[in-house]
Amino acid sequence: MKIPRGKVVAIMGGSGCGKTTLLRCIGGQLRPTGGRVRLEQHQVCEMSHNDLYRLRRKMGVLFQFGALFTDMSVFDNVAFPLREHTALSEEMIRDLVLMKLEAVGLRGANKLMPGELSGGMARRVALARAVALDPMLVMYDEPFAGLDPIALGVIGQLIRKLNDALGATSIMVTHDVQESLLIVDYIYFVSNGKIVAEGTPEQIRASDDPFVHQFVHAEVEGPVHFDYPAPTARQEFLGEHAHG
Amino acid sequence: MSMRMGNVAGFLRKLGHAAVERVWRLGFAARFLLAILAYSGTAFRRLHLTIREVYFSGVLSLLIIMVSGLFVGMVLGLQGYETLQRFGSTEALGVMVALSLTRELGPVVAGLLFASRAGSSVTAEIGLMKVTEQLKAMDMMAVNPIARVVAPRFWGGVVSMPLLAALFSAMGVLGGWLVGVVFIGVDDGAFWSQMQAGVDFRFDIVNGIIKSFVFGIAVSLIAVFEGYDSVPTAEGVSRAITRTVVTSALTILALDFVLTSFMFRGTS
Repeated sequence: MKIPRGKVVAIMGGSGCGKTTLLRCIGGQLRPTGGRVRLEQHQVCEMSHNDLYRLRRKMGVLFQFGALFTDMSVFDNVAFPLREHTALSEEMIRDLVLMKLEAVGLRGANKLMPGELSGGMARRVALARAVALDPMLVMYDEPFAGLDPIALGVIGQLIRKLNDALGATSIMVTHDVQESLLIVDYIYFVSNGKIVAEGTPEQIRASDDPFVHQFVHAEVEGPVHFDYPAPTARQEFLGEHAHG
Repeated sequence: MSMRMGNVAGFLRKLGHAAVERVWRLGFAARFLLAILAYSGTAFRRLHLTIREVYFSGVLSLLIIMVSGLFVGMVLGLQGYETLQRFGSTEALGVMVALSLTRELGPVVAGLLFASRAGSSVTAEIGLMKVTEQLKAMDMMAVNPIARVVAPRFWGGVVSMPLLAALFSAMGVLGGWLVGVVFIGVDDGAFWSQMQAGVDFRFDIVNGIIKSFVFGIAVSLIAVFEGYDSVPTAEGVSRAITRTVVTSALTILALDFVLTSFMFRGTS
């Protein structure tokens, strides 16, 4: 799997197929049991704690439910990475934070606490926090989960706009096909820890691969089964054993 | 017969597992303490982080500590008077109240109250930060959660605890005076002068402060460790809070016995 610089790449697959685990490996929070992660010229899994922290300053991560610090206001949340990693003056930090919040359309909400925000707003604040240090790599863990269609469109457009404005690279883990096809440059399909298909949005739409077809058109029948493996209904309900 | 043997073997296996688990957690907690000490630089360099925790652990515990201290002192005044009256030495009430508080009740009861008021809330806070992935997010932002979240809360508790114990004792003395002198009518001058003569600064007060300092370290470590180590679910956090209160109480009482046996060996 290659993620080229400057692009927005989506990694898709059903729930529980290891997409989030993949992001954790890229960020160095988990060590892969097999394989390697290379970022620029660094081998992520072989780095020391300090080097890893230095590298992470150039990464931004949007967590599934935002993971905003609940004891801080929206403003302080976005200011957090700036205060921790830079020696900027408070006035400078204030201007930067308000600019980042402006970019996600929430400059007016800077005094609110995370508990007062809707899900979509919290996601946008978390996005502003993730890009506060102008990272070279932004990772999104399920940025669309649990959002209404309008918020979903807003977040999608923001991801694209921020990526191009920052000149960053974005990796997006998601299972929202239609929204992703609109904004990404390249898509990987993952199933059972393996890449099963890849391509640009046009290639994916035109693909006749059964897995991709099932995923894009949200079909029940296909190579991916909806049911968790179980004994047959006859065995379960009628108490008949395999030999009976 | 073989059934019974199986039961015995199963019981032994569970017992062994529980013992190994406890010892393992103790070792883990000790390593956690070393990590806190190693990453304490931030907590001291950015003192406002620690002062904020002193406010949450210490200042917000003031009410319960002071009210409890007052009542414990009042009860000591009543019971002490009852007993001393039999020997006709009620003027020794002051020294009795003060010694009980500075040596034992101050550090121990304040420690127990501190564990249930401040320790539990620290565990809950860190546990919930873990549940909502805030600690992971911080780690991904290249900010060490032990340095930024755990160490300030640890030091906040360590600083607050001796101060709270001292205040508890002071309020207790006041309570004893209120009951003994104001309500019952023990001689005011005898109450205070006996206390001044009978309480030694180095032997009684400093030893009490050492005790409360040790309890502060123990309770703060247990609270931050249980929070950081909690299973990140609603049930896991609630269990961690329970463990904080129970373990803290047992640790305080056990440590108190050990410290007392070193400090006061019947030499006074």
